[in-house]
Amino acid sequence: MFSYCADPASLDRLHWFACYLTTAKQMMFYQSFLVVIVLMLITAPIALAAGLAGALAGRSHVLPLRWIGWAYANIVRGVPDIAFFLFVPIALDQGIEYLRLKVKCPDWTEPVRQGNDFVVCAAAKMPLNSAPQYVHELYGIALAIAAYTFVFGAFGANVLSGAMRAVPHAQLETAEAYGMTRGQITRRILLPQMWVYALPGLSNLWMILIKATPLLFLLGVEDVVYWARELGGSKTSAYTYAHPDWRLWYFLVLLVFYLLLTRVSEIAFARLSRRLSRGQATAAGMKEARA
Amino acid sequence: MSLATCLDVVQHYGLRSIGLGDRLLPRNDFTLCDQVVLIGSGMIWNLYFGLLALFFGFFSAISVALARNSHRRLLRKPADWFVFIFRGSPLFIQFFLFYELFTLIPRDGISIALPGLSFTLDGSWLSRAWAGALVTLWLNTTAYAAEIFHGALRSIPKGDLEAADAYGFSGWKKFRRITYPTMLRLAWPAYTNEAIFLFHATTLVYFSSFPARQQKGDALYYASYFAQKTFNPFVPYPILACYFIALTMCVVLVYGLIYRRLNRHLPSNSKRRLRIRPQLVR
Repeated sequence: MFSYCADPASLDRLHWFACYLTTAKQMMFYQSFLVVIVLMLITAPIALAAGLAGALAGRSHVLPLRWIGWAYANIVRGVPDIAFFLFVPIALDQGIEYLRLKVKCPDWTEPVRQGNDFVVCAAAKMPLNSAPQYVHELYGIALAIAAYTFVFGAFGANVLSGAMRAVPHAQLETAEAYGMTRGQITRRILLPQMWVYALPGLSNLWMILIKATPLLFLLGVEDVVYWARELGGSKTSAYTYAHPDWRLWYFLVLLVFYLLLTRVSEIAFARLSRRLSRGQATAAGMKEARA
Repeated sequence: MSLATCLDVVQHYGLRSIGLGDRLLPRNDFTLCDQVVLIGSGMIWNLYFGLLALFFGFFSAISVALARNSHRRLLRKPADWFVFIFRGSPLFIQFFLFYELFTLIPRDGISIALPGLSFTLDGSWLSRAWAGALVTLWLNTTAYAAEIFHGALRSIPKGDLEAADAYGFSGWKKFRRITYPTMLRLAWPAYTNEAIFLFHATTLVYFSSFPARQQKGDALYYASYFAQKTFNPFVPYPILACYFIALTMCVVLVYGLIYRRLNRHLPSNSKRRLRIRPQLVR
């Protein structure tokens, strides 16, 4: 990076670190922090939508739909989330390949499960073997996002259905007395009022999402944990920048990063909650009105 | 697959996760019985980590909660920081960090370096999962439970404490008779939730840095082993899910019984049943 970095062995400590911390590999490490944040920003709205769908399904008048909503929210909660992170990507991948097999190779007769293998025709591979490397990586990340969405959608369904139950019943009855249909009540009365009750649960969920992001490492994504292990491991003098095992320090950096992230989120949610309770018939809303 | 051969599998692999029985895992022709037995065998570790961390964590969490409630800055601040650090960072990172920390401990062992093969026989047990991961889980659950107990301590009705003062209770007696039981009653539903999620968190142990020596792992370790070998995730993971749902129901049952005992003085018509409203997921 800097002009004096040509020969690291001859540098004093300060300059050595300046050079070491700006190598291309280190830059990849810094980028992976962005990947984590981008992943959270993509996952959160999709998971919220999935949660809303789950919560509404749980209130539906159609019995099977209610069962699906209930089962989705409860089964995911009863099982460790990491099991779903391992299960969903591979299950989804095989499901997609199976569907593509049915469409692209209709005359394929062999069974897809042969012993310990999952076999589909070449045209049904996802992504195609001929696809460039970045497509494979993007596909992997998309599967990871699907897994996160699946798990956090269920958590969100739990929080939102609790919030829907917390909306004062008189409000809904009044709407009914005005002759609104069920759909109108949901859209105009239930959903707008629910958010203030949902906020504590949602902020908690956001914290859990933050704390679940290092599990990306298990899905084969080159995330912060991957780079911390890669860069922190001891480097012999064969490398340009030789150093002993620094993984402890790298993980300390990750710890501080996550502490900052949760702390900043906490403050932001406290602000948002004050903002949302303005004009609401809750204790916090009354306090706001008096102030 | 008859029952007799399955019992045979139980004999060979029932205690595989703690190193008893067959050394080699099945390599091909995995039967349903193989998978159920081995994943069940792995549950021993999940139970071990969960139960011990909960047991130790209960006492340390109450201490930390009391420290946070103290008037003395010197007690309060470190407890606040402890809870902030352990609740604010991912358990996964904590596992990595503690593993690296524990491996730094000088070990009274022998390093053996043969050409092409080098390994260390170390005496330091903290870098092994059974102790190192347990310590990490213990500290982690201490922080989460301390937050719950701290919240409960703060919401003890003022009247109860004033009544205790009026009766001349003070110090240990006031804590033992008034503060402690009321705190437990208030905290119990949330603490049940914490217990459930602690058991779930035990599955992370063998997926972070702690190595599973001689393939002695927990339930998820074996489930992912089968999923990798058979390339069929639709059998091992549902088995794992069944085990964990059963475990969750046991936790809810046991904690529900304790909750009933905690509330035994209340008139029976106002007895609150423990309802797990999982609004808060850790």
